Amino acid sequence: MENEYQERNLKIEQELVNDLSLAKTLNDVVVTKAKYLGKNGVITELTKNMRDLSSDERALIGKYATEIRNKANDLISDKENKINAEILNEKLKKETIDITLPSKKRKTGSIHPFNRIVMEIEDLFVSMGYDVLDGPELETDEYCFQRLNIPLGHPVRDTQDSFYVDKDCLLRTQTSSVQARTMEKNVEKGPIRMICPGKTYRRDDDATHSHQFGQFEGLVIDEHITLADLKGTLEVMARKLLGEKTDVRFRPSYFPFTEPSVEVDVSCFKCGGKGCPLCKNTGWIELLGAGMVHPNVLKSNGYDPSKYTGFAFGTGIDRLAMMKYNIPDIRYMYTNDIRFLKQFDRKECK
Amino acid sequence: MKLSRKFLNDYIDTSDIEINKLANDMTSVGNEFDFCGKLVSATNLVIGEVISCMDHPDSDHLHVCKVNVGEKVLDIVCGAPNVREGIKVIVALPGAILPGGTIKEGVIRGVPSNGMLCSIAELGLDHKFLKPEDIEGICELGLDAKVGEDPIKYLNLDDEVIDFELTSNRGDLLSVLGMAYEIGAIYNRKVNEVCLDYPKVSGKMNFNLSIDTKKCSLFLAKKAIDVTIKESPDFIQKRLIASGIRPINNVVDISNYVMLELGQPLHYYDADSLGDTLIVRDAKDGEELVTLDNVTRTLSNEDIVISNKNNAIGLAGVMGGLSTEVTENTKNILIEAAIFDSVSIRLTSKKILRSEASNRFEKGLDPKRTYMAMERSCYLLSKYADAKIIDDIVIFDESVKNDKAIKINTSDINGLLGLNISKDEIIDIFNRLDFSVLDNGDDLTVTVPSRRIDISIKEDLIEEVARIYGIDKIVGTLPVLPTKMGSYNKFLRSVREILSSLGLNETLSYTLIPNNIAHLYTIDEFDEINLLDPMSDDHRTLRYSLLPSMMLTYDYNAKRNNKDLALFEVGKKFKKVDGNYYEKNSLAILMSGNVDYGLNHEKVTFYDIKGVMEELLDGLGFKNRYSLNTDNLPKEFHPGSSANINLNGKNIGVIGKVHPNITKDNVYLMEIDIEELENLGVKKLEYQEISKYPAITKDVAFIFDRSIKNEKIVTAIKKSAGKYLTNIELFDLYEIDESNRSLAYKLDFRSQDTTLTDEIVMPIFEKIIADIKVKFNATLRDK
Repeated sequence: MENEYQERNLKIEQELVNDLSLAKTLNDVVVTKAKYLGKNGVITELTKNMRDLSSDERALIGKYATEIRNKANDLISDKENKINAEILNEKLKKETIDITLPSKKRKTGSIHPFNRIVMEIEDLFVSMGYDVLDGPELETDEYCFQRLNIPLGHPVRDTQDSFYVDKDCLLRTQTSSVQARTMEKNVEKGPIRMICPGKTYRRDDDATHSHQFGQFEGLVIDEHITLADLKGTLEVMARKLLGEKTDVRFRPSYFPFTEPSVEVDVSCFKCGGKGCPLCKNTGWIELLGAGMVHPNVLKSNGYDPSKYTGFAFGTGIDRLAMMKYNIPDIRYMYTNDIRFLKQFDRKECK
Repeated sequence: MKLSRKFLNDYIDTSDIEINKLANDMTSVGNEFDFCGKLVSATNLVIGEVISCMDHPDSDHLHVCKVNVGEKVLDIVCGAPNVREGIKVIVALPGAILPGGTIKEGVIRGVPSNGMLCSIAELGLDHKFLKPEDIEGICELGLDAKVGEDPIKYLNLDDEVIDFELTSNRGDLLSVLGMAYEIGAIYNRKVNEVCLDYPKVSGKMNFNLSIDTKKCSLFLAKKAIDVTIKESPDFIQKRLIASGIRPINNVVDISNYVMLELGQPLHYYDADSLGDTLIVRDAKDGEELVTLDNVTRTLSNEDIVISNKNNAIGLAGVMGGLSTEVTENTKNILIEAAIFDSVSIRLTSKKILRSEASNRFEKGLDPKRTYMAMERSCYLLSKYADAKIIDDIVIFDESVKNDKAIKINTSDINGLLGLNISKDEIIDIFNRLDFSVLDNGDDLTVTVPSRRIDISIKEDLIEEVARIYGIDKIVGTLPVLPTKMGSYNKFLRSVREILSSLGLNETLSYTLIPNNIAHLYTIDEFDEINLLDPMSDDHRTLRYSLLPSMMLTYDYNAKRNNKDLALFEVGKKFKKVDGNYYEKNSLAILMSGNVDYGLNHEKVTFYDIKGVMEELLDGLGFKNRYSLNTDNLPKEFHPGSSANINLNGKNIGVIGKVHPNITKDNVYLMEIDIEELENLGVKKLEYQEISKYPAITKDVAFIFDRSIKNEKIVTAIKKSAGKYLTNIELFDLYEIDESNRSLAYKLDFRSQDTTLTDEIVMPIFEKIIADIKVKFNATLRDK
């Protein structure tokens, strides 16, 4: 008997598979489903009229009927899923968009190259324990010059031709004024480690000079600070800002607020020192002025030169930005052409 | 300072050192140069003799010459008016490189020409040194010139020059002798003595000198009589030219020559025009003087003048006067060698004339050198101007001439430099510099000659050691300092980050702006801060607000057709109150034109810039602490689309549309007193409990009179609703007609501790509706 039921199931299954293969739409599937599983469906019929049968017989028929019903349900729902998937695919195909149309965004803005450099310098020196300080741009002659060992009539004032607003006040010609203010403010007259980036002003205007420009100054004061420490510090700075292979060279120079004073060159980061137009074929680029804080400067700001020594260095921010980003004319830094500004809209984390 | 190699070699023999090496070695001890090389750079020149000269067949001014250059005879076409048979000339051979170009073999109007006959000018000397005949015609060499030899050498122009750019402390290097000492230190060579030996005639000066100013520390006067004014000897002329000074006559040239040689400017007076009295005094305010250049100068009391009994006759250290000038007819000379106050000379020369002399006075002079220069001047006048020098001298001397003795030890030096130089090496360096050293074991006493006016303290000596030792030999170390965290202004950096991430581009503008826009965009009355001496009207006044700068930036871009802008800037603004100056950081924002959002080009509106303001203030922690009001707006703002920004009851800025009187373009501006915000505290950022219970949302739309502001309605709804209203959002606005508009709000009700039901919310909702209707005379809009 069992063989007979088995064969019957097999036959029903084959017929169902055949019927489903002909079904094209969900409706076709519904019709097929009714034909087998409906009220009078082929499979439903199997368990009808079993009243006269023995309980064993009923159980056996029931078992085979359940088996084929489950099978049928699986086959039908597979077919339904298949058709649904086709319908969905068809629908999605119709929804295809032109992914090359313009995006909807508020474009990221930009930070001016001047301040990008300032932030880079700040991050570097903050990581070495320096404080970033600020000072007035409208400064007194005392802090801009006199406290920095530049008395009235000093010839160096010629190279820093200034904008005075009255006989005592001027737009600072150098951020060195912040040196004097920092030393003065330090009431304990203890160690100092600071940089001060900011705007400075001189009577000058051409492709490489602007009457307004940026400088940053560094100052370290402590016991036993040496010129070698200055060199080591500038080496770190040059390598982090301009590349790990950068070399630093000292040449003697003169600034009234440092003694000894040095002019600091860095090996050309464009050509690596071989010689190119940027370094005028010398392999070196003049980067900053520096030196050991002059004892008169220490004294006039309340520090004891027999106890403390220190170094100071300063350089142009615009120049660094121009070198780093290959900007040919300092005036581009101040005219704020939007086509210039927008070029600085990305991060430089690599 | 242009240094002539021939001049230098009088005092130190450098003939074995190539000029580039000399210049580079000087740079490495701190003396940079602009130029180094030959005085005359022309190449391939030879002395020739014109052996025949005929008119060119096809020209009315050219000549066809045969020129013997020794090895051969060249055909050369020459246009100079003075070319003729028998003269010795400078021939530029084919291949010669002259400042005007390279000489090639060629054909000139059908006649071959294989070289060029040169004028002095064509060799490349600056025209200011030349006589008219040097420019107009070819150079005629003396008959002793040897055909085939080097004409540059024959003309005594075979010199080399280094043009130094000296630091302002090294006044001592503004002399050939000073250069010799410096070069002597580099190469460890001795400097030759200056020759000062000349015949004197006995006599008396019979001269009254009176120094009536504090600004003259040394004044020497001597007399040279029976001088012959003529051309200087060739070597003096050529050395002056190499040093950048035009030769005039022997007497003038000698004063310049001594200045170049020893660094001390001199002045020669016509002794007969001068009379017997000389007074050095401060000028009177408004006093007039006709200087050598025949210009009447009006003086002030910071200037120093030389005066006779009655009138000023010279501007000390800067320029002589016309009335006592040495002329062709001068017979007797009064020689002045003096030291004037460097600050005063600097101020006067800045006003009147920067000269070689004033430059030297400004940098400071060595009194010993003043005496030496007087003697040297007498020596040269006696030798080259047939002068008889009276052995008497008038002296006023309050100068400090002592050589400075400075104590130093090796640990001072090595301690500051971070080097380890031995005592012997240090002593050797001082000796090379011609500083004498007394060795007391640990301590050295170094005596610095008075010519080195730049050296006065230990640190100056340390620099000398470093310079000569080689400052670049220092090996970098890092200072040993305690580890600590540095600090920086996080606030301003946050402002930059927020604004740039909102799509604004940072600008950097000038602090100095034109005066005529300085008062715009503010209602404040204020004192201007103007430069005493501006470079131009464009940069005359310190800005009181950043907005004028911002609008300049707008104009610049608009002119270039970039009108869609979103800009910000943080910078200082300045004010003056009761004579005191104040400055603080301010933030300005400009948004204009359109914003692109995908395919949409949306016109910038008030709500765009307001959105930036809110994002910024909220982002900095000031949420719910600010409001807008429309009282007293600056007249440059659109009165209906602008507002003051108020924080904690204080106006901290302005926001709005630029008035159409200023621009027809769609431009919005905002300025905030950012430093005000920087100094205020904000609430700590802390987690707020999120309600576990669902919200009930109700929508309601009213019709209001148009004058009723959204903010007022929102405030009223919040007040009426009580604690369960957690969010209110205006989701629709509809302008019904000229007097009415409909505003629709979505209200979220939520409790922190229970699930709200309609039974709880509906009474609140109905109360809100009733309250708003009454308060604003509003009606409910049909749903």
